[in-house]
Amino acid sequence: MTDTQQGRVLPVTDLSLVVLVGATGSGKSTFARRHFKPTEVISSDFCRGLVSDDENDQSATKDAFDVLHYIAGKRLAAGRRTVVDATSVQSDARRQLIDLAKQYDVLPIAIVLDVPEEVCAERNAARTDRADMPRRVIHRHTRELRRSLRHLEREGFRKVHILRGVDEVENATIVTEKRFNDLTHLTGPFDIIGDIHGCAAELEALLGKLGYVDGVHPEGRTAVFVGDLVDRGPDSPGVLRRVMAMVKSGNALCVPGNHENKYGRYLRGRKVQHTHGLAETIEQMAGESEEFLAEVREFLDGLVSHYVLDGGRLVVCHAGLPEKYHGRTSGRVRSHALYGDTTGETDEFGLPVRYPWAEDYRGRAAVVYGHTPVPEATWLNNTICLDTGAVFGGKLTALRWPERELADVPAEQVWYEPAKPLRSEAPGGQDGRPLDLADVRGRRVVETRHQGRVSIREENAAAALEVMSRFAVDPRLLPYLPPTMAPTATSHVEGYLEHPEEAFAQYKDDGVARVVCEEKHMGSRAVALVCRDAEAARRRFGVGGGPTGSLYTRTGRPFLDDEALTEEILGRVRTAVGEAGLWDELETDWLLLDAELMPWSLKASGLLRSQYAAVGAASGAALPQALAALRGAAARGVDVTGLLSRTGERATDAAAFTEAYRRYCWTTDGLDGVRLAPFQILAVQGRSLTGLPHDEQLALLDRLVEHDGSGLLQTTRRLYVDTADPESVRAGVDWWLEMTGRGGEGMVVKPVGAVVRDGQGRLVQPGIKCRGREYLRIIYGPEYTRPENLARLRSRFLNHKRSLAIREYALGLEALDRLAEGEPLWRVHEAVFGVLALESEPVDPRL
Amino acid sequence: MFLTITTTGTPERPATDLGYLLHKHPDKAQAFSTSYGTAHVLYPEAESGRCTAALLLEVDAVALVRRGKGKGRGGAPDAALAQYVNDRPYAASSLLAVALSSVFSSAMKGVCNARPELPGQARPLRVEVPALPARGGPDLVRKLFEPLGWAVTAEPVPLDTEFPDWGDSRYVSLVLEADALTLAEALRHLYVLLPVLDDAKHYWVAPDEVDKLLRVGEGWLPGHPEQRLITSRYLSRRWSLTRQATERLELVRLAEADDSEVEEIDNAVEAETEAEEKPTPLAVQRREAIVTALRQSGAARVLDLGCGQGQLVQTLLKDPAFTEIVGVDVSMRALTIASRRLKLDRMGERQASRVQLFQGSLAYTDVRLKGYDAAVLSEVIEHLDLPRLPALEYAVFGSARPRTVLVTTPNVEYNVRWESLPAGHVRHGDHRFEWTRAEFRAWAEAVAERHGYGVAFEPVGPDDPEVGPPTQMAVFTQTSPKEAKAA
Repeated sequence: MTDTQQGRVLPVTDLSLVVLVGATGSGKSTFARRHFKPTEVISSDFCRGLVSDDENDQSATKDAFDVLHYIAGKRLAAGRRTVVDATSVQSDARRQLIDLAKQYDVLPIAIVLDVPEEVCAERNAARTDRADMPRRVIHRHTRELRRSLRHLEREGFRKVHILRGVDEVENATIVTEKRFNDLTHLTGPFDIIGDIHGCAAELEALLGKLGYVDGVHPEGRTAVFVGDLVDRGPDSPGVLRRVMAMVKSGNALCVPGNHENKYGRYLRGRKVQHTHGLAETIEQMAGESEEFLAEVREFLDGLVSHYVLDGGRLVVCHAGLPEKYHGRTSGRVRSHALYGDTTGETDEFGLPVRYPWAEDYRGRAAVVYGHTPVPEATWLNNTICLDTGAVFGGKLTALRWPERELADVPAEQVWYEPAKPLRSEAPGGQDGRPLDLADVRGRRVVETRHQGRVSIREENAAAALEVMSRFAVDPRLLPYLPPTMAPTATSHVEGYLEHPEEAFAQYKDDGVARVVCEEKHMGSRAVALVCRDAEAARRRFGVGGGPTGSLYTRTGRPFLDDEALTEEILGRVRTAVGEAGLWDELETDWLLLDAELMPWSLKASGLLRSQYAAVGAASGAALPQALAALRGAAARGVDVTGLLSRTGERATDAAAFTEAYRRYCWTTDGLDGVRLAPFQILAVQGRSLTGLPHDEQLALLDRLVEHDGSGLLQTTRRLYVDTADPESVRAGVDWWLEMTGRGGEGMVVKPVGAVVRDGQGRLVQPGIKCRGREYLRIIYGPEYTRPENLARLRSRFLNHKRSLAIREYALGLEALDRLAEGEPLWRVHEAVFGVLALESEPVDPRL
Repeated sequence: MFLTITTTGTPERPATDLGYLLHKHPDKAQAFSTSYGTAHVLYPEAESGRCTAALLLEVDAVALVRRGKGKGRGGAPDAALAQYVNDRPYAASSLLAVALSSVFSSAMKGVCNARPELPGQARPLRVEVPALPARGGPDLVRKLFEPLGWAVTAEPVPLDTEFPDWGDSRYVSLVLEADALTLAEALRHLYVLLPVLDDAKHYWVAPDEVDKLLRVGEGWLPGHPEQRLITSRYLSRRWSLTRQATERLELVRLAEADDSEVEEIDNAVEAETEAEEKPTPLAVQRREAIVTALRQSGAARVLDLGCGQGQLVQTLLKDPAFTEIVGVDVSMRALTIASRRLKLDRMGERQASRVQLFQGSLAYTDVRLKGYDAAVLSEVIEHLDLPRLPALEYAVFGSARPRTVLVTTPNVEYNVRWESLPAGHVRHGDHRFEWTRAEFRAWAEAVAERHGYGVAFEPVGPDDPEVGPPTQMAVFTQTSPKEAKAA
């Protein structure tokens, strides 16, 4: 402890529970005010006031301390330093605070204000609210304080600062210290290396592969060792020599493994069993010099149980660490970091059963660890175990950070027989690992890169849970759901409810110069996940058992009940992707396509029959007879002119309606007659393609369609429009009129630049649909074009739909970004689930 | 929206008396406004030999949707009415029946001030309804009208002549003929039976519906062989309508988003049957078998995973040996019905503290399900697509890990013994698969092996020597407390 001339300098850890100890009147509150933020300090007097309206009401002490402990607990759980301003002169009171610090895994620190009794008494006498405090109370406090002083460290305080006398108290300064494990300022890049266990040759090979030359990386990368350097393998001294040199020269960091810990205790002369490969280390070290052994001992003693790196995005430790322990300092944190958690049971090989902490992990920081040998390093909930059993004949693995790439070298041989076969301990490591209900249930807020926080209400989550659980495809094969799309602003052109002029004008207002009009296909939305083969599907999406992808609807349901037919569609797309050379060009072995599958009758046949065809049938049966009756009455001279002409128009409208829905129906047999029109490649391995401009997207897709020999794939017709050029806009309108005049469904207008923001930085609509006049009969009813109906229908409210479209769009983009970055399934699913939940929000379904 | 009533006559009893009976002059076209549009009465023919009155209801479909519409919030409270594409403007639905009763109210009461003798007289009547929505098809139409003295011609209307393989629509083109009925009787029949035949989703319900039914049905409904069906269909709409409005809107929207109907996804609760639900003996036997197995296992804290409408929870509550009973279902509708069935809101505190219902899903692990003595999955697994079964397996056997797990599922071999079940059909529309005994055993044994359970099998229901029992039950008992391997 360095003391300045002015006074003592007291180091206080940034995350700690600071207990001020001193008699009443010793100046604790003044001290606290001077050295800490007001919000850091909780005083017992204040809490007494909270519960009793009287800061000196001693009968409220118990409740007051309950409140104090509660507030302190909340602060510590949130990772905030907390200073307790109470006398804390009795060991019992201090023990409760030490327990609290332990509960939240922070350091308890005592600062004692040892001020003469007379001073305390004088100060109290000067305060009106304490003037009548009996002198014996101060006396008792002072006596208890003196008695405590020697025991403070034994009680569990990790730092004890005793300030004796008024001057020392007055002149002391506080300096905030970082925790040893807090290396958030280091941003790497890092190469995190798994359990080595004395495999020195493999270590050298891996370092070489990673680009290190004699322990130094020319690009300044830092190696991080997850521990278990020693035991079992052929050359523990060699490994230690290399690692210690790299750490010493600043080219590496190292956290201890349980094997170092045990070997360290052996070196300190403790009695340990020479099992699990320790005997080999002891034997190999026997030939080493005393100096080296001393260096090793010092090195091992100085190891910090875990590190928080790269701005808090990365945590490295030996055996994994739940989020609440990140950056914390306590015995149990160290123990978890070294040994992991166990269930208390042993398995059939006599080894402790490890608690699958990673399965519960939901933290933001990636946790990279080792300890449990697995055949392959795979991400699970943003955690990854790098122990790939090098010493057991597996391989030595490293993770490049922030690239999240793996590198490995095979073991030269089996150096040590494993006690049990290597297998993935992470439940479902490769397949079947289910999501947790806590990932999706209830009211939630999803953080998105593009639109900030998107909230999901409880009732919407409940509905989505029902559909997701009972009807959706396997969530692993459901990495995306398409957002809803807003229609164009309501048109006032006579006879039209929607017209492209408004769509072009809206984008012009948004500052979007170039848009693409894409033909709206007359089918159903379909998302296709197409993998190069079943092995690629297994490798990337963790599904065993043969599916090579998925084909699903906009609520995540399998598009076709028939799995064989689904595989056939995926197969045809796969062939076209291969023929077009896109696997190599996009460096991927899977791709995710947004598409339209036709005919509509393929999916919506139930709806078509029960609703659309039914209306056609009823009108077809009733209207001719009604017309006949009206003509009969007219022939008799009864005046039914108005009714007759109205009913005639009704019949015409109903016939037009029947024509309109019939265009969406054609008979299919197997895949004969089925068409798939892809209009966007959403993602490929490691990349979301949602930012790729639509002209480039369409060029890729044109090639895909061109290379399809099966007749399944269909191109999307398009026209580019300059929103500021009236000629171009007119051409766009004409194109739409021509297309919808022939019965086409309409078009979607999109900014060519894909993800686009307006002048104020807000996301603009990713697409605006502009539906054909005849098609809208299917939406607004056969007679919607009658002037009195149009007049009423024009009063429609688009704001909610637009907001919903943007929120769902942001969630969809988020899902794809998370997928691209290899984030865990639950993170991708969270966003996908959000889209489905928002789809159940109350918005006019006809928009 | 359209029907005609024709009568024939003689110079002594001219057909045009129909005008007096209906209180509508044959030489005028009259319009009446009703709550859903304008009703027109006109006579395409009016000779003494033959006279036809036509009732034409012009339904305003846009108004139908916009009724009670909040700002941009998506329309009428009743999802089914909130469709612009709606058969109501064309079909002879309950809306037409309402119009019938208001336009011809005195005729229906049998009152004719000008010619008081007329209403009591039977006369030749022919009623034509060109588009009658008829749930139950022409057969039911005949069953409803023939006992009342009508000669019935009911032709199904094809859905779309361009797509003959779509088959018939739910509409029939109906012609009724009778000589021995009065017009008032005919109108009353129509007033009650049109909504009964209608899919009835859109039924307009007045508060005094029971009284009205008794009044209008007087003299013909009590003796009708289909009286139960008529009464139940006629009256059952009120509460199901309101329920639909309050409970299913989120699901309705998800169904619509996917171009499907809400019934397709909100099918966790069986549609109401015609008569009051009667527990099938098999369901009772299944519950008995489950309770027996639970007692044998010594379980006190029990999960009913996929509790549906809460029948098993109700049974378990009767036995104080079960100190904590948790019903879990993914369907909010099922849970609401279960809660109503158990009368949770009125239950005493002590009883209520034994039971909990909450929404959960076995597609996800759930920490709330850990630490129970036993879990029951009764008729649950067959409602999951096979590829999603491993997730359920892990959620139950790997994560929740109760000491005992009971799984029941249909034995598909037994299906040949169900007389009403067509060959090759599953027992429930939502069953994604049904297993043979061997298939179920193979699955259950593999699950037990993977997760450290032993498994025994028990028949539920009569154990047929050839095809086995209708329901098969597996009783899993934990043998090793170790955590699961990969599911």
